[in-house]
Amino acid sequence: MSKNSANGEENRSLPGRFRSRFEGPNTIGESRGFWVGFAVAVAALVVYPAFGDGSQLSLFMVLALLGLSLSVVWGYSGVLSFGQVVFFGIGAYTFGVVSINYATPGGITAAVVAGIVGGGLSAAILGYFMFYGGVRDVYVTIITLVSTIVMHTFMAQTAGSEWAIGEAALGGFNGMPDIPVLTLGVEGASYQFMYNPFPMRVIGIGSFEISPFYYLVLLLLVGTYLGLRVLVNSDYGRVMVAVREDEDRTEMFGYNVTRVKFVVFTLGGALAGLSGVLYAARNVYIDPTVFSLLFATLPVIWVSIGGRKSLLGAVVATLAIEYLRISMAGELALVLLGTLLLVTILVLPSGFVPWLHDQIVETRLSPGEASGADAPDAPSEVSD
Amino acid sequence: MVNGINLALQFLDSFAFIVLAAAGLAIIFGIMGVINLAHGEFILIGAYTATLAVTQLGLPLVVAMLVGGLVTGLFGILTERVIISGAWPNYISQQTLGRDIIEPLYDRLADSMVATFGLSLILTQGARIRFGNSIDQIATPFGAISYGAFSYSTYRIVLAGVSIGLLLATYYLFTRTDFGMRARATIQDKETAQAMGVNTDRMYMLTFGFGSALAGLTGALFAPVITMQPTLGDQFLVEAFVAVVVGGPSVVLGTALSGGVLGAILATFSNLYGTFIGRIALLVAALIALRFLPDGITGFIEQLRKRRQESD
Repeated sequence: MSKNSANGEENRSLPGRFRSRFEGPNTIGESRGFWVGFAVAVAALVVYPAFGDGSQLSLFMVLALLGLSLSVVWGYSGVLSFGQVVFFGIGAYTFGVVSINYATPGGITAAVVAGIVGGGLSAAILGYFMFYGGVRDVYVTIITLVSTIVMHTFMAQTAGSEWAIGEAALGGFNGMPDIPVLTLGVEGASYQFMYNPFPMRVIGIGSFEISPFYYLVLLLLVGTYLGLRVLVNSDYGRVMVAVREDEDRTEMFGYNVTRVKFVVFTLGGALAGLSGVLYAARNVYIDPTVFSLLFATLPVIWVSIGGRKSLLGAVVATLAIEYLRISMAGELALVLLGTLLLVTILVLPSGFVPWLHDQIVETRLSPGEASGADAPDAPSEVSD
Repeated sequence: MVNGINLALQFLDSFAFIVLAAAGLAIIFGIMGVINLAHGEFILIGAYTATLAVTQLGLPLVVAMLVGGLVTGLFGILTERVIISGAWPNYISQQTLGRDIIEPLYDRLADSMVATFGLSLILTQGARIRFGNSIDQIATPFGAISYGAFSYSTYRIVLAGVSIGLLLATYYLFTRTDFGMRARATIQDKETAQAMGVNTDRMYMLTFGFGSALAGLTGALFAPVITMQPTLGDQFLVEAFVAVVVGGPSVVLGTALSGGVLGAILATFSNLYGTFIGRIALLVAALIALRFLPDGITGFIEQLRKRRQESD
């Protein structure tokens, strides 16, 4: 690729080749400086619970997975889904129902899998009907929006005793309490992640307690981010971006556009399902507000402000906006959030993180490292 | 037992609700390619203005309703100038920075949805901060008619009449007046319309204002029968969306037809199984309609007409 020759890195060492899988025109940040910064950021997240509220940050990281799922679907494949919370919520409810009915370590592990499959399967069903039915563009957005409202209306009325699956009562607006704490593994070889802090002693600093759930979420978030970087920079990722830029042209080149959208939508649903499972596991509770219009819009806000064509933007913006939203508990919080959203869309349509990246790359001295900016800018290339 | 007259009245009620909720949204979407997610909050502005005009200023109800529509229309024009077209911010930035800072949201559907959602958050929360969680309500006028065991609010029947009147007026405006001709020219081909001397920029502004005024009028008309709270727009948004996408590209005809079809479904299912099932049936019908008629009812009619012309 031109990127490699520009960097003069054809003869890369093994770690260099390994790193190149994470890099490409579809993600930002490929310099050594970026990866050092990335490692520093992850290290900061690792030690954060010693200084701040790790329990709250674990919630933001769970939501960042939801933001990533929308970034892949909308930012990389051009399908604006207002229904990521549908798959998020279905994942959460599936996890709740299965784990309440089979409250053994093995059963709860199976419930995690069921939640992810539930999210992916519901996305596959909805996606099949939409994409193979020829629904396109804004109508996809509206169908997903309507699906969210259907789920909200439906789950809100499941209050009666007839709305129970096995032992798990869906509970209508009151939600589903008493979800068992997250435990992975099978009988005898299992580990419980919630409310099970293990003490750590660091020489010179002192001892503190560490929440295993926090580290589980951190591991999943970093792993998902890196995994998605590999995906969007692979050949398949290039096709996804081609679909985003011009569906008809991609179709003419012989790609099955419908299938690409279907597969990516399903993948996004499964990822949203995972996020929902972790959300329900963290709160040991789930209720229909996850299907509400405000909650449905939050992923769109995170991804828009962070930069929809940037996985990093989705993660950073989710953490930052959720932190702002929670810490500004006052009445003006939503007004400020709305203003931020409005101003970002109008003034920085490509999002905050890519804009910041451009500023850094432009001011950087070494031209050899500026390959990020040289990466083909698809919109300017395909405009007719 | 399904009572015929009761069902008919319920149908009229559903029809009026769907058509009035959708009209403003449909016009803005159909003509400008902008999805206004703040539509519900425009309805809120109309409802609050009309209610406050009655309770605070003591205006007669009809005048207050017109004021509600007018204020919302002006607010719509302001929104269009500042956010949708960015004309005013861009004018200021041209003077100070020498370049535009805002790219107009026309035909940027996703961005227009996100931006107007931001506006919707601001307006809902702003109404809550300014007026609290509810304001005093005006009484429902006209009383009720009774028929056997049933009684029905006269005002709701009046609303059905008004919604049909508004549809006819909109149809007249867009098909029989100069403004309508220019507006339709702008939808069909913006560049050609410009070449023919249509000020398309102004058309957009006026259309957005007109759509907003319809939304405000809807809010004002429903003000006596819905609870005055900052989230009242939400209950209109869904029906409006569904009606617009089921209706398809032809604004007035599409809204009328989808109002008829969806109103019938809503009324029948609500009557038989309760309002909750009615709402679910409406949403499911919309999902099915979109699956099989991706261009809505009027798109389907258009297709049929083309096919017949080709076979002739």
